[in-house]
Amino acid sequence: MAKTSAKKLEKPVEELSYEEALTELEGIVGTLEDEQNPLEESMKLFERGQALVARCSVLLEAAQLKVQKLAGESVVAFEEESE
Amino acid sequence: MQPTLFSSNHLTVSQLTFHIRKQLEGDPILQDVWVEGEISNLSRPNSGHIYFTLKDKNASLRCMMWKLDAARLRVNLQDGMAVEAHGKITVYEPQGSYQLAVNIIQPKGEGALYQEFLRLKAMLESEGLFDVERKRPVPELPHKIGIITSQTGAALRDMLNTLRRRLPLVQVILAPSPVQGVDAPPALVNALQSLNKQNPDVILLARGGGSIEDLWAFNDERVVRAVADSKTPIICGVGHETDFTLCDFAADLRAPTPTAAAELATQTTIDDLHDLLSTLYTRLFSSTVNLFAEQKAVLSALIARLRYASPERGIRADAQHLDELSRRALSALTHRIQLNAATVDGISKRLQSLNPEGILSRGYAIITRKEDGAVVSKVSQARGEMKVRVSDGEFEVKK
Repeated sequence: MAKTSAKKLEKPVEELSYEEALTELEGIVGTLEDEQNPLEESMKLFERGQALVARCSVLLEAAQLKVQKLAGESVVAFEEESE
Repeated sequence: MQPTLFSSNHLTVSQLTFHIRKQLEGDPILQDVWVEGEISNLSRPNSGHIYFTLKDKNASLRCMMWKLDAARLRVNLQDGMAVEAHGKITVYEPQGSYQLAVNIIQPKGEGALYQEFLRLKAMLESEGLFDVERKRPVPELPHKIGIITSQTGAALRDMLNTLRRRLPLVQVILAPSPVQGVDAPPALVNALQSLNKQNPDVILLARGGGSIEDLWAFNDERVVRAVADSKTPIICGVGHETDFTLCDFAADLRAPTPTAAAELATQTTIDDLHDLLSTLYTRLFSSTVNLFAEQKAVLSALIARLRYASPERGIRADAQHLDELSRRALSALTHRIQLNAATVDGISKRLQSLNPEGILSRGYAIITRKEDGAVVSKVSQARGEMKVRVSDGEFEVKK
């Protein structure tokens, strides 16, 4: 478990999608709650967790519906009519 | 035939009218008849009865509909509308006129369409296309949502607004398609197939309200089969609440309207996600605080034991040297442990400085035991007197 989380640490939070960040955060909270980890490892997990919370929060606040449309087999931007 | 000038066998107007009435109202054909024509002179007085004239190129027929029958009307009658009306011929004696007392009225052609609808429904049902076992669950938190509808209709705008309000995280892929007319069925089938290749989590197949003919593309056998064949779960929202199409039966989920389809596709909303994040943050925080509190207690106990242990016990030879060595060892060890304790202290302070007020102000609380100050995050940890910290202060509880 500690090993897998160490592996995940390699990816900067800024590059994570909401789903990825949330999944990792849930894993970290679970680890901190259920497992005996070395202090240092726990501290790292906590800091990573904090960064993930911030990342999720930013993504939720900034979320804007992305609308595209199919043109034949390709996907292109869709301009909505103004109301 | 010459009229007899002074016949003694004359009838009164009433008698004649009564005779005509008996003739007309006694004719079984005239008492159960469907008539096709165009509505004109439509009038709806306050009585609630409806009066109109049905006409075609060469003739016209006065019609009326009793209030009770009028209340059951499904269509909004208008002058010029071509309809099929069912009723019986009655005679209104005061005016010497006959009329059709209508009890059922429907747009022209609807009867035939409805028969076709029933035939197709029975056929596809017997093939198992509508079986409950075929229905797949729609995802609770979709990432990518496909939409098939007209690019210009209000349905699309309603759905996008609903998605934007409830879950703006999603990516929408629209497969525009005409939703009525002869081009609609093949275009809808094509849209279903193309959109499936984009691997969305769910597809919304939708159209705003309209007459049964307007919605007919969604009863087309090709479209219904394509819906049943879709590898992506489909939510069908066509027309209004009272409209049922065969696509509704073949889809994984039926929504009464396009807006409702968008709501059913977003069972988890952005508000739920905010709540989830707050919960995770609280758990992250309290689990770490607990962990460091435990570690600190362990270290404190070790320091105490080292201080009070007697290292001289058991030393026989070279007592002085060993004494010196053990003093140095004790000192070094104590120093290191104190350093460690200082680190833990620092970390604890940092944790405490990550002020959870933000969370507290949303209604969460931090509960600590009074006896040792430990944070209570599980029921099993709750005992004795405890302090409950909320956003503007704290109060005590007792277990």
